[in-house]
Amino acid sequence: MNVPEHLRYTSDHEWARGDSDGVRIGITDYAQDSLGDVVFVQLPTPGRRVTAGESIAEVESTKSVSDIYAPIDGIVSEVNQELTDAPQRLNEDPYGEGWLCVIAPDGDSPLAPLMDADSYRGLIEG
Amino acid sequence: MHGKGDQVSTSDYVDETAPSNSARIPAPAGKATSAPLMGRKSEPTIFEFSSPGRRAWSFRTTGIPEWEPQELVPARMLRDRPVDLVEVPERDLVAHVTRLTHRQYSVDLGAYPLGSCTMKYNPKVCDETASLPGLTGVHPAAPAGLCQGWLELLWGLTEALCEVTGMAAATLQPPAGAAGELTGLLLMRAWHASNGERRTKVIIPDSAHGTNPASVTLGGYETVTVPSDERGLVDMAALRSRLDGDVAGIMLTNPNTLGLFEEDIAEIAAAVHDVGGLVYYDGANLNAILGVTRPGDMGFDIVHMNLHKTFAVPHGGGGPGAGPVAVSERLAAFLPGPLPRRSENGSFEWHTPASSVGRVHAWHGNALALARAWTYILLNGGDGLRTVAQAAVLNSNWLRQRLRGFYDIPFDRPAMHEFVASASSLKKSKGIRALDVAKRMLEEGFHAPTVYFPLVVDEALMIEPTETESLETLSALADSLISIATEPPGEAALAPRSTPVGRVDEALAARRLQATWDAVLAGDGRTG
Repeated sequence: MNVPEHLRYTSDHEWARGDSDGVRIGITDYAQDSLGDVVFVQLPTPGRRVTAGESIAEVESTKSVSDIYAPIDGIVSEVNQELTDAPQRLNEDPYGEGWLCVIAPDGDSPLAPLMDADSYRGLIEG
Repeated sequence: MHGKGDQVSTSDYVDETAPSNSARIPAPAGKATSAPLMGRKSEPTIFEFSSPGRRAWSFRTTGIPEWEPQELVPARMLRDRPVDLVEVPERDLVAHVTRLTHRQYSVDLGAYPLGSCTMKYNPKVCDETASLPGLTGVHPAAPAGLCQGWLELLWGLTEALCEVTGMAAATLQPPAGAAGELTGLLLMRAWHASNGERRTKVIIPDSAHGTNPASVTLGGYETVTVPSDERGLVDMAALRSRLDGDVAGIMLTNPNTLGLFEEDIAEIAAAVHDVGGLVYYDGANLNAILGVTRPGDMGFDIVHMNLHKTFAVPHGGGGPGAGPVAVSERLAAFLPGPLPRRSENGSFEWHTPASSVGRVHAWHGNALALARAWTYILLNGGDGLRTVAQAAVLNSNWLRQRLRGFYDIPFDRPAMHEFVASASSLKKSKGIRALDVAKRMLEEGFHAPTVYFPLVVDEALMIEPTETESLETLSALADSLISIATEPPGEAALAPRSTPVGRVDEALAARRLQATWDAVLAGDGRTG
């Protein structure tokens, strides 16, 4: 499983990355592999205030429907509209074109509570 | 059918600007229906047999005065052209439908180990009862005095269901399990409202049926999930941490969807009752405990039953179903009505409970489905129902033991009427996924087990052999599953190869859903 070093992770198999415009989030390679072929993605509305741990999106695959949880507190500033027409991007490129949304974080170091690549690798391999 | 025989002529459908012989050649969609379509070919859609102007049949003379639609219906409400219906003669229609039925796999054809669904064989005598003219010929609005037999049947069934579940009263109205769930939640709401409370949360285990959270939402509550522990049972510590005065109740299946008996059920019920919540029993797995133990004795307040699973009513597309709800004494006043009751003089009458939440279905529910279930109960008797549960549990454990070593058994302890295996190791070692196993089973002549449910098990294969399969059938089922696990990798990925429709691209179908023939025609050429 691909677990890029430069990202941070949650135990719900989401990744987060600090960008200039906020924190970009998506699902991990492990998550997309477990879900199987993604057929539908329901994204949050931009402007929505979210709390860490709150369900903000839904990913439906041929196997199941799964909630996506906000990894941090903040306001949704941007969503990946392309996923509406091309949900398969989540399978093809989970860390790139398959990103879900950008959250403008509340705190100064929003990623601090999240796992680093080593810890996440330990989680999925353990 | 058009109102006036063949008033609409072929010319209504034919493009007048087309070459003059176009009306005589077969229409573009007009496939020959009598060409050999049996065997392994997939059946065309009914649209592909359509040809302009064809009709099933028309009355030559009816003796009934005929009217033009224009004479009866205001012009603004009339279509400007006939609706595009399929045009096929009766012969082709019957051939099409008959071929489709011959391509179906059904409970009557063989084993159907679709976990959670209890696809057991239903005795034909139940259908026979439901066809009795004395039952089918009665209008549901008939006065009680003219349908005492029906009332007695419904009353008897109500009494039997209360005895089986250990509850005080029941309604037979809900037409299916999910409708029973919603009814149960409405009862829960009415109960709390009568105490002047407005609670907001309902607790559901992470292994629950998908209908549970859906019913909770529809009932106006918020779902709170409680995780399973390493035993596959409700995590007691996690449950306690979620209990407060805002919890309206908990919904549980026992045995749960992993096929495991919730051993702490008395403790769970007491903990929920301590905070003033109610305990709801999802009867999906009631067939595992019939005549052995009762939800009422475990502390449940509300029970829905899936009569089609526990007893005998056709299910799947063959419905309609029946999802009666039974309750403890304190909730009886809220039940939907009217309910059948025996009066002091021995005759039967309808009555509606004092604080009824109102009807949840027209008339008295799916009455003929109820007649089937009542037949099944009388046919088996109390001791027979206990044997049903015992045989279901025995068959499931026998099969689980046979599959050990070939499939992962994540919670490897005595199961109830079903168990969950996993293709997780097969996926890692040979690339065989649960989906591949399911597709290969079709080639073996069996219906596939439930796959990818419950969600708490990776690559889940949920297997419920039911009590109606013989040892020989169970053995054949086990042999098939074992051969799939042990054959060279790659075989299963190609399956099914012997069915009319082979491996379909489910992801593409879901991403580019074309639910109507119009959409298929419009989407022609852009399916990649």
